[in-house]
Amino acid sequence: MTEPGDPRPLVNLEGVNKHFGTLHVLKDINLSVARGEVVVVIGPSGGGKSTLCRLVNRLETIDAGKITFDGQELPAEGKALARFRSDVGMVFQSFNLFSHKTILENVTLGPIKVRKVSKSEADKRGMELLERVGIASQAGKYPAQLSGGQQQRTAIARALAMNPKMILFDEPTSALDPEMVQEVLDVMTGLARDGMTMMVVTHEMGFARRAANRVVFMAGGEIVEEAEPDAFFTNPRTDRARDFLSKILTH
Amino acid sequence: MDDLIKYAPDLLAGFLENVKLSLICAVLALVLGTILVSMRVSPTPVLRGAGTVYVNIVRNTPLTLVLAFSSLGLSDTIGLAFSATPSTNSFWLVVFGLSAYTATFVCEALRAGINTVPLGQAEAARAIGLTFLQSLRLIILPQAFRTVVAPLGSVMIAMIKNTTVAIAGGYLMESAFVMRDTFDDTGVSIPIFVGLVIAFMAVTLPVGFVTSRLASKLAVAR
Repeated sequence: MTEPGDPRPLVNLEGVNKHFGTLHVLKDINLSVARGEVVVVIGPSGGGKSTLCRLVNRLETIDAGKITFDGQELPAEGKALARFRSDVGMVFQSFNLFSHKTILENVTLGPIKVRKVSKSEADKRGMELLERVGIASQAGKYPAQLSGGQQQRTAIARALAMNPKMILFDEPTSALDPEMVQEVLDVMTGLARDGMTMMVVTHEMGFARRAANRVVFMAGGEIVEEAEPDAFFTNPRTDRARDFLSKILTH
Repeated sequence: MDDLIKYAPDLLAGFLENVKLSLICAVLALVLGTILVSMRVSPTPVLRGAGTVYVNIVRNTPLTLVLAFSSLGLSDTIGLAFSATPSTNSFWLVVFGLSAYTATFVCEALRAGINTVPLGQAEAARAIGLTFLQSLRLIILPQAFRTVVAPLGSVMIAMIKNTTVAIAGGYLMESAFVMRDTFDDTGVSIPIFVGLVIAFMAVTLPVGFVTSRLASKLAVAR
């Protein structure tokens, strides 16, 4: 389990490079995330934010560099990789709930099949988690019957059900109708307050200010600036960040 | 009409052989087809290659040749025997050949189904720590299967009718051969012919009807 007092970083990226064909999407990335830390990654589209997020649980492979999680280099494949992924939650932009399973089954599948928890125990804990994200009354429905916000909260419950050491959020509110963004951000803010280690790719500056310990600004495949939220939003050090913020914060 | 009544018991016995072949081959073809499609989408290049080669060779060989190979190649030349009784042996050789052949069509139908499952489903499955086989079995195949129930029905209908070429595998008890044999002895009889067609339709029409009903009932809402 995650010990907040442990000084070693939970995730460490060293000299990471990634190409998609000829496109150099991540250039010499060095980044670490401490236990219990909430890191928000922001920046213009196509800057490599999502790819960075997906590297951490190896949904994308890297071309060069080194990524360690909890002191171990990420396993390359097979059972070890599956076991590692079960410790890292992931919440996707498009929810990706299992369409043929009910809301409760979506949450209990991992614990039952990966953690080998009994069904009754998994159901009990699943209902608690659905209660926590405010959709216990929808437990028997299928994903397509729920609103986007409810689906995304289910996805968060699904990630939590594995008792992850960390949760990755890849633009969790970008596919939501505006009135549903807040309900998802509220759940995320609650997690941050409870000490969950989180890496969040988002365009929600309000969330970054309120919940982040650190803001990472990415553009053109590079980490351009890293700072505490207040410092970053009030006094960005780089022109690139100033330019980005002036475009999104003037409205 | 008299012919039909006179030969009905023989024809019915033959037709039951077609039904028996169909039932056994349906199960085997579905199982083998599922294994083949798992190979074709697996991350292991060797398995993928083996699955592709198998499907492309067997699917593109005429069924009569596949069955002839079962009988002449596997049984007579290599000596594979399922039973000491010739008719039982050729029954199982036909089961072997027809299942091996039909499985390639099941595989390709399922593969088309897998292509309709969004990539995000597999990513979410991997992200909670499911292994490749678990995500295939629990997430991908159930959804793929539901989208191709109707095409699988067509594959099954084709397979049921294909049991009438069992003679190519040396099996002489099924109804189409019984019919030809009767025609050879007594001359062609339209009622017998029509009677047998109706018997097949009595089996294949429900298969088509049930699978298309199932297809709309099982459809996954996204």
